[in-house]
Amino acid sequence: MNKVSKSPWLLHYDASSCNGCDIEVLDCLTPKYDIERFGIINTGDPFQADILLITGGVNSQTESVVKQIYSQMPEPKVVVAVGICACTGGVFKECYNIKGGIDTVIPVDVYVPGCAARPEAIIDGVVKALSILDAKQAAMSKDGR
Amino acid sequence: MVKIVFVLAYLILAPFLGALLDGVDRIISARMQRRKGPSLLQPFYDLGKLFSKEMIAVNNVQLLLNLSYLVILMIAGCMLFYGADLLMVLFILSTADMFLIMAASSDSSPYANMGASREMLQMMAYEPLTLLIAVGFYLTTGSFQVSDIIRADTSAVLWMPGLLVGFMFTAAIKFRKSPFDLSTSHHAHQEMVKGLTTEMSGTTLAIMNIAEYYEMILLLGIFCLFFINSTWWSWIAAILICAVIFFMETLWDNISARVKWKTLLYSCWVVTLVAGGVNILILMLDK
Amino acid sequence: MIPWLIGIPAVLAVLFQFIRNEKARGYIVYAGAGIIMLTTVIFIVNWIDGGARTWMLYPETELIDHLMVAGDLFLMCLIIYLSVKYGKVLPIILSVVQTVLVLYTEFTADVKEGPHMLVDWLTILMCIIIAFIGGFICIYTVGYMKGYHNHHKEVKDRQPFFFSMLFLFLAAMFGLVLSQNLVWIYFFWEITSVISFLMIGYTRSEEAVNNSFCALWMNLLGGLGFAAAIALMAQLHGTLQLLEVVNIGALLPLMCLSLAGLTKSAQLPFSTWLLGAMVAPTPSSALLHSATMVKAGVYLLIRISPALEGNLVGIIVSSIGGLTFIMASMMAIAQNDAKKVLAFSTISNLGLIVACSGIGVEETVWAAVFLMIFHAVSKSMLFQSVGATENTLGSRDIENMHGLIITVPKLAYIMGIGIAGMYLAPFGMLISKWVALKSFVDSGNVVLVLFIAYGSATTMFYWTKWLAKLLCFHIPRQTVKDVTHKDEYVSMFFHAAVMLLLCLLLPMVAVWMVNPIIKDLFGNSTDVLSMSVLTTMAIMLVSIFIVPVAMFFISRRSHREIVPIYMNGINNGDNRFFMNSYGKNEHLYLSNWYLRFEFGRRHLRIPSIIMAAAVLVVGFCLVIGGVSW
Repeated sequence: MNKVSKSPWLLHYDASSCNGCDIEVLDCLTPKYDIERFGIINTGDPFQADILLITGGVNSQTESVVKQIYSQMPEPKVVVAVGICACTGGVFKECYNIKGGIDTVIPVDVYVPGCAARPEAIIDGVVKALSILDAKQAAMSKDGR
Repeated sequence: MVKIVFVLAYLILAPFLGALLDGVDRIISARMQRRKGPSLLQPFYDLGKLFSKEMIAVNNVQLLLNLSYLVILMIAGCMLFYGADLLMVLFILSTADMFLIMAASSDSSPYANMGASREMLQMMAYEPLTLLIAVGFYLTTGSFQVSDIIRADTSAVLWMPGLLVGFMFTAAIKFRKSPFDLSTSHHAHQEMVKGLTTEMSGTTLAIMNIAEYYEMILLLGIFCLFFINSTWWSWIAAILICAVIFFMETLWDNISARVKWKTLLYSCWVVTLVAGGVNILILMLDK
Repeated sequence: MIPWLIGIPAVLAVLFQFIRNEKARGYIVYAGAGIIMLTTVIFIVNWIDGGARTWMLYPETELIDHLMVAGDLFLMCLIIYLSVKYGKVLPIILSVVQTVLVLYTEFTADVKEGPHMLVDWLTILMCIIIAFIGGFICIYTVGYMKGYHNHHKEVKDRQPFFFSMLFLFLAAMFGLVLSQNLVWIYFFWEITSVISFLMIGYTRSEEAVNNSFCALWMNLLGGLGFAAAIALMAQLHGTLQLLEVVNIGALLPLMCLSLAGLTKSAQLPFSTWLLGAMVAPTPSSALLHSATMVKAGVYLLIRISPALEGNLVGIIVSSIGGLTFIMASMMAIAQNDAKKVLAFSTISNLGLIVACSGIGVEETVWAAVFLMIFHAVSKSMLFQSVGATENTLGSRDIENMHGLIITVPKLAYIMGIGIAGMYLAPFGMLISKWVALKSFVDSGNVVLVLFIAYGSATTMFYWTKWLAKLLCFHIPRQTVKDVTHKDEYVSMFFHAAVMLLLCLLLPMVAVWMVNPIIKDLFGNSTDVLSMSVLTTMAIMLVSIFIVPVAMFFISRRSHREIVPIYMNGINNGDNRFFMNSYGKNEHLYLSNWYLRFEFGRRHLRIPSIIMAAAVLVVGFCLVIGGVSW
């Protein structure tokens, strides 16, 4: 019963996105896609989140923020990079202020490409993240927390 | 003996019932928004998950204060279902709330602190009416004891409809329903993150949620008191009416936006004065 | 024994004028407080040994009466001298009029002789409060004044005078509560007014002087009411016994005495003086302006309360009390000065007591006495801890007490117990509120029921936000050295222990102390606290004391990772800083809500004073006009 994948709460952070992917993320909450049917809640609070969903590449200003928010999430947790910028840096990769994809700062579990990523793709990515979440939880309980 | 059964039933069943009601509430809300919504058992999944998470905290006292909040709330509920003094139940209820406020403000963090301040304001807003309800029951049935109130010949609501309306109005605060969910709400993404519960995670949050379920059942219990009398069918009627009231709170939650604190405070006080005060005045003149 | 009770502090008061050595003074304060407490204990044991019956004492007191006349004249001269010195007129007029009135009455009216002193349970309770709380506050003062003068270099050190006044005040209070002849009570009443006046003006700053004169004229107005009551009783009824006043129940003297009680306990049209009195050093605020002197007002009202039941005076007194309760508690919300909050809360709680005694039935007076006990202990404790905090932090702003539990944990605990005692279940204030609410309902007074419902909500708000401020776990900006002296801790720990014991022994206090008082006043007493309430109390006690402790041990076992608080990921370093939009460090500053624009004194003070004054004036007109109710 207490599988994390039954109630994944997600935290959405915009690292430096053009807002294209953000709108698609919010799309998932609308009646058409309704991710709450998976028990997913878009919480704004890292203390209560299981999935960190990041859009946009990391720049020099958001780097510390991403790290800190990640550190404030309790284990087990997964990171989903939404959109090509979050995956690799995208078209902004060579900009002077962009460090690159999210994985240059924190470990990323699922990459959802697209510009902007489609809601279906995002939901797909999150659902994929859920199985990783379960695996992490199983590993945690094996360690005998 | 019956009293003990009631207390045990409350202690064991209240969180389950509360969680189920929460599930129902979420489905109804979703349907009102033309969504499918989560499964009925979603609150249980949430709780299970929260208990399995790693423990992180910002200080060492928050868990302690949250646990105290839970236990004191349970005591208040037990007293209600044991048939003890209603006024005392309400006093303990506010003492329990005090612990929640302490838990939030012990973080010394901006969002939690703001939530705690708003929670205090909410307490100030609903407190007068709760006291008046106890007074109303005392005037109607001649006793503060819940066990006497439920043995009355006629339902108390006949004498105190104003107080019932007032209670329905202010109960939105306690149920953390919009428009009065200033300090924290069950909905995602608010202007101050999660308010009161911002720094609560995992087990701490689960305890807080369970406490809310206990509180929800307690409040519904007080709603039932309005309708229960010495006949057996009044119990069924009371439970049905409670369900209606709960539905109405959900409806109100979905059709109204969060108000500013001034609107909250003044509207609650005015409703208390008009609905509650006038009701009490009439009761006093009549009895 | 009674001459000893009054005499010992009076002698000590004289003694302090001659002791300039700080150390010696400290020892004498300890010894003096000890002796006073010991005398009181012996006195009480003696009385209980004698069957705990009501004693009526000293029917023939020719000499003392003359001494008192001299004393009255001396006080009048003192007031005139000081008023002339500072150029005030009002106190002179009030003082001269009332002294002349009393002296004229005394020499012309033909008054039936009777006992001048009375010892019953209420007296005993007051004696205990005066001796123990007063005694320990004196001990506290020893340490406090050292810190005070370190902290306020600009104030001239007049400690001998201060201690002398403290002990003289104790003597006067003993005299006041033991007397039952109106002229005697009046004499001691005036002494307490003048001492309060002198203590408020201790620093001699302009603000202090103005506030002290404000206190003086308001108290003298009450004194005038008292004098009028004396004159009326002597001329119309030929008696000066307080008990006779109650038995006869004539409205006008009762109204005049109520006026005296209302001014002394700083009820609404007159509450300004108590707020101004907060400029005085904290021990005098603790002793005079919360624990004892303002209690003299409610003491008088409780004494006459059996005569107030259901008549016009009772209605006026209880409505003014109720109005004060809610208005003062609302105004307390907007205060961030700890002493001002305490002052408002004192006014508001006294308002509740006054409202209870104005209703004048057994239940309400029961609640009033109970409130008085708990209020005396927890408020004097709060004042002391605020004073100690002020010496330590250099400020008494509640905002600066953020995280006091980390910086000065001992003071935070004491303050926390005091605050909890003021409003949380299961501490006594709440029980008394419960009884008060019940009896207001029984007496059918819907306005008072509403007052108490709203008033307890606002009361809850300002206490909770203070308590929450103390409990913030925040790394302090700078380390604070606790400069609280041992003497201060002795007294504060005593108060804290008494508070907890009172809470634990609540049923016994009710049965052994409060019920006999009600029996003395009303002739019979019903058990206000029923068995079911007592079991509830026991459950509450368990819940408040045991639960957090048990939870402490449970939660300690769990392992947890400490992470920074949530500030949108821009915390810098520890939880004290965040990064602003310029990339610079910014201090995190959290403030409480004060709702100044809604509950500020500016908005509420004038309307509430006008309302209360109107009630009072209309009441006087109706009573003088002879409207019977």
